[in-house]
Amino acid sequence: MEKLLELLEQDCTMGVEQLAAAVGVPAEEAKAAIKKYEEDRVVLGYQAIIDWDRVSKESVTALIEVNVVPQSIDGFDRIAERIYQYDEVESMYLMSGSFDLTVIISGRTLREVAQFVGERLAPIQGVTGTATHFILKKYKEKHLVFRPQDPEEREYIFT
Amino acid sequence: MNYEQILNDRIQGVKPSGIRKFFDILEEMTDAISLGIGEPDFVTPWHIRDAGIYSLERGHTKYTSNAGMLQLRREISSYLNRRFDLHYDYSSQILVTVGGSEAIDLALRVMINPGDEVIVPVPSFVCYGPLTEMAGGVPKYLELKAENQFRLTPEELKSAITDKTKILVMPFPCNPTGGTMDRKDLEAIAEVLRGTDIMVISDEIYAELTYGQRHVSLANLTDMYERTVVVNGFSKSHAMTGWRMGYVCAPEPIVAAMTKLHQFGIMSAPTTSQYAAVEAMRSGDGDIEHMREEYDRRRRYLVENLNRVGLSCFEPKGAFYVFPDIRSTGLTSEEFCERFLVEEKVAVIPGSAFGPGGEGFVRACYAASMKDIAESIARLDNFLTNLRRKQGREG
Repeated sequence: MEKLLELLEQDCTMGVEQLAAAVGVPAEEAKAAIKKYEEDRVVLGYQAIIDWDRVSKESVTALIEVNVVPQSIDGFDRIAERIYQYDEVESMYLMSGSFDLTVIISGRTLREVAQFVGERLAPIQGVTGTATHFILKKYKEKHLVFRPQDPEEREYIFT
Repeated sequence: MNYEQILNDRIQGVKPSGIRKFFDILEEMTDAISLGIGEPDFVTPWHIRDAGIYSLERGHTKYTSNAGMLQLRREISSYLNRRFDLHYDYSSQILVTVGGSEAIDLALRVMINPGDEVIVPVPSFVCYGPLTEMAGGVPKYLELKAENQFRLTPEELKSAITDKTKILVMPFPCNPTGGTMDRKDLEAIAEVLRGTDIMVISDEIYAELTYGQRHVSLANLTDMYERTVVVNGFSKSHAMTGWRMGYVCAPEPIVAAMTKLHQFGIMSAPTTSQYAAVEAMRSGDGDIEHMREEYDRRRRYLVENLNRVGLSCFEPKGAFYVFPDIRSTGLTSEEFCERFLVEEKVAVIPGSAFGPGGEGFVRACYAASMKDIAESIARLDNFLTNLRRKQGREG
C-alpha cells in the first residue's frame, strides 16, 4: 500500500476510485487503507501548493538557521517544541552540519519576520544564535514548478 | 501545370488520412481533452535534454558517420543485450535512423521488388501499407480479431501467405490495439515461417511498454534472427518523439543496404539527438520504469472504467492505447468519434483509421494526465447515457 501513499503525495485530489484502480485494489480496500493512514498520522494532512506571487497577497518567507546549546537529541526535541508551537513557524527540521535547526517562517512583511526572530525566537533559552535568510523567489516546491504555464500551440499529428 | 500528370502515380494512389478533420475540429476547441495523439505526455527526462544541450555547448554540430555515432551504436547494442537479450554487432548490424518510421521505410525499400507482397496485420499503425505501395510492393492486409486479443495466429498467417509473399510486418506491442505477442504466440508464428524465405519487419517501438510480461522479440527465437529486421527507437521508451531518434538492427547485408539508402537520402541522423540518445541508453533505464509504472496505473483505471460505463474493452498488455468495442452503440467508429468530440469535447480516434479490422472500435491513448483521463470517463458516461436516451426515443 506504499504505492497509495506515493500517489497521494503526488496528488491528493485523486478520488478513491482512481487511486484504487491505479494501485490495483478494490475501492473499499483503498478507502480503508487511507483512513488507517490518517488515524495513524502517517498521512498528516492535505494542503494545496499556492503561488502567492500570482495573487496580490504580500508575504515574505524566511529560512532561519538556528544554533542552540549543544545537547542530546531529546534536548533538541524540547527546544524544538518551544519553537514550533508558534503559528508563524511553517516548517522546521533538525540538521546535521554547521547549525542545528532550520526554521521556515512566513510573515506579511520583513518587519514582521524580523520581529518574530528578535522577540520570540532569539530569546528562547538555549538558542545561541540565528541567521535569517529571506527567500527572494520560489522556483520549485514539492516537485511543482512556480512558473506560469507556457502557452502551447499544439498542432495535432496522427501517430 | 497538370500536377496530376507530374506527380508519381503511386503517391496519388495513397489516400490521405481521414483523421485530419477531427484534428481540425479539435484545434478550434478550447476546453477539449485529447486522448487522440499517440505520444508520451512526459517531457524528455532532464538529464537526457541536458546531454543534448551540452553537446551543443561543446560545439558538436557536424554530421556523424552515416550509420550513426559509434558510441551510440555501442550503447544501443549493449542496451538491446541488457534488456531484450538481443545480440547485434554495433559496427555492422545497427543503423541509427530518423525515428522508427525511417527504419520501416528503408527496410521495405531495400527488400521489395515490384509486385512483392507484404503481409500487414491490421488494425495497426498506418504507415506500413502506404510505404509498401511507394516501394512498389503490394500490401496484403490481414485482419486481426478482437476475440484473439488482436494477436496474430498461425492459421491467419498461413491463410495470407502466397508465393509472392516477401515480408511479414509484426507490429507488436500494437498501436492501436495494445495487443502483444508472448513467446508462445511468437513460437507458433516462427513455426509457420521456418523453411520459407519470408522476411519479418518487427516494429518493436513499444517494446519497453508492456505490462506484466517483458516483451520478447521475434529475433530471439530459433531460426528467426536471420530473417528479422528489428525496428526500435527512443520516442516511446524515453519520451523523445521530437528528437526523431530510431534505429534498426538486422543481419549485416540488410543493414548495409539500408545504410546505402540512408546515406543518400538522409546523410546522418541529427547529431544533437544522437548525443542525447547516448545519455538515454547509458542512464535512462530508471526513466523507462518510472514512465511505464505511470502508464500502467492509467491503463488499469481506464480499462476498468470503460467496462464500467458500458464499453467492453479487453485488457491491453502493451503500448499506451486502449481499444474499446463501440459496436453496442450502433454507431460507426467515425460517427462515434465525431459525436463524442462535438457533444463532449473529447477526442479519440476511430478504429477504421487503422485499417479494415478497426471498424467497431475506437482508440484512446492513456499517455495523458490522470485528471484528463478521469474527466474523459465522466464525459463518456454522459455521452453514452444521452445516446441511449436518444436511441430509446427513436426506437
